Amino acid sequence: MSAASDVGHHAQRQARWHYGEIAFWLIVLACGFAFPTRYLIMTDILRLALFTMSLDLILGYAGIVSLGHAAFFGVGAYAAGLLALHGIVKEPVLALIVAGLAAMVLGFATSFLVIRGVDLTRLMVTLGIALLLEALAERFSNITGGTDGLQGIEMQPIFGEIPFDMFGKAGFFYSLAVLFLLFLFARRVVHSPFGLSLRAIKNNPLRAAAIGIPVNRRLIAIYTLAAFYAGVAGALFTQTTAIASLDVFAFERSADLMLVLVIGGTGYLYGGLVGAVIFRMLQEVFSTITPQYWQFWIGLVLVVIVLIGRQRLHRWVLYVPNLIIKQIAGRKAVVAVPESEA
Amino acid sequence: MIIKVHPLPMTSILTNLFDGVAYGMLLFVLACGLAVTLGLMNFVNLAHGAFAMAGGYVCMVLVNRMGWPFFAALPLAFVSSAAIGIVLERTLYRHLYTRSHLDQVLFTIGLTFMSVAAVDYIQGSSRVFINLPAALQGQFDLFGVGIGRYRLMIIVICGLLTIALQMVLAKTRFGSRLRAAVDDPRAASGLGINVPQVFAFTFAFGCGLAGLGGALSAEILGLDPYFPLKFMIYFLIVVTVGGSSSITGPFLASLLLGIGDVAGKYYVPKMGPFVIYTMMIVILIWRPNGLFGRTAAR
Repeated sequence: MSAASDVGHHAQRQARWHYGEIAFWLIVLACGFAFPTRYLIMTDILRLALFTMSLDLILGYAGIVSLGHAAFFGVGAYAAGLLALHGIVKEPVLALIVAGLAAMVLGFATSFLVIRGVDLTRLMVTLGIALLLEALAERFSNITGGTDGLQGIEMQPIFGEIPFDMFGKAGFFYSLAVLFLLFLFARRVVHSPFGLSLRAIKNNPLRAAAIGIPVNRRLIAIYTLAAFYAGVAGALFTQTTAIASLDVFAFERSADLMLVLVIGGTGYLYGGLVGAVIFRMLQEVFSTITPQYWQFWIGLVLVVIVLIGRQRLHRWVLYVPNLIIKQIAGRKAVVAVPESEA
Repeated sequence: MIIKVHPLPMTSILTNLFDGVAYGMLLFVLACGLAVTLGLMNFVNLAHGAFAMAGGYVCMVLVNRMGWPFFAALPLAFVSSAAIGIVLERTLYRHLYTRSHLDQVLFTIGLTFMSVAAVDYIQGSSRVFINLPAALQGQFDLFGVGIGRYRLMIIVICGLLTIALQMVLAKTRFGSRLRAAVDDPRAASGLGINVPQVFAFTFAFGCGLAGLGGALSAEILGLDPYFPLKFMIYFLIVVTVGGSSSITGPFLASLLLGIGDVAGKYYVPKMGPFVIYTMMIVILIWRPNGLFGRTAAR
């Protein structure tokens, strides 16, 4: 077998849907019916999962470290809020796409700044852009409502048919549908030759360029796509909570996002979903122990994760599931250890 | 919103310049430790502000609760931050020097969150003030220019520190060891320089300076548990804009930032921090290695 077809074979096998994945999504859907009193928190988890998936696209696949991903989330959130408030685009799904596109435009414009320079410059530039937008949102308080945020947002029914109810049921299934569709697209993208080239860039940009991958153009493309995802996540936030305030741009949001992704694991798309569930549960536990100081424990989790080492941690967590799969199916586990970050 | 109309005579410009210089010098003392860890050792330490905050709170407790004189508490702020710094360096930080930037970022953000919550828990979330001796309060006129006593003291202390630092780096044996260790750690250790020790000492010293800066800045920047997060970006600006080839770069960057920020807040208050962030992004795009940078970050 030639090397090229070997790679193709592996890539194809990776791209195939596994039973585990189908089961995963069925469980997520089942949660929607099993816990009818918990729609609000579950919607929150779905939004966070989508936002994290966006970061995974650039961090896990392309290796761009961003400290200001909340910028796109915030733009999406305010765009959706303003569209609904002023009745420019009344239909939520259409507004969602428009808000995502707004974030995408910003992502495209700033991607040129981000692809320049080394990690440190990227950190600073992404952080700077988020802070800049926060300052702008505060400055133009006549548009954004300043520190009070956008108030009095009323959402129209989805497709003009399904109204948002106060228990958040419609919001949950709406978010789930958006998340699933965007997940399908992201999955298609990362398993395409384009996605493989991103991994090559992440592992070694110089070598990737040497084999003819247009590094900068690929990075711009994925950064722009990730901005769209983050914008949609932000728009979902506004649409399902009917609020948009300055804290959508906050640094803590970007930092929490990294934690979520790191808990879930980078580079296999499910990291966001798994991480979001664990993160919210942790938050719940910590805030019942010490309501005001849960940030301390979140920080401790970050420190411990880094000190133990993310790879080792994932090996430990996956040890038991892999053992079971090996026993039952008698083959190598399908749950892979996420790629390293080195 | 009330829009203040400021007169623009020469004296107000000079007063602002003076305030800006004091602010910039303070930023330099706060950030020059980071210039070493980030710029020279290539370690992304986002928790640097936490050390500054620790120094500030130690000084506050000593002066306000235990009745120490302000000038006696300042060295202790330095020592306590340096002690915390060296303990953390030996136990935690040194394991992360060779790790990826992502790991370093995650780790130090974690530390920052912990410090914020811990200080909030111990001292409460409101802003604290350090009781200053009467000699440092108020201002006097010098040729019509209003000079704040406290700010003058900051300029004197920070100016002396800067000169001392420059002398230590350029003239002493330790300074040449540090420069050697930074330029090429392998060759330096081959020559018998204990590189980890040099780094640990430098890290601790940088933390100590941050602690001193934190104590001094309580009056000007405001000291509350969110200090590390609020000023993180300022420290990073100083280092990335200033570059890391010498301490002159960060020093000039601090002065620029201080003067720019004070003038920006005074003359165009509506733009807020907008000016600073834009400047930073433009400079980083224009010269990714900093205004006064020498080499690419490794």
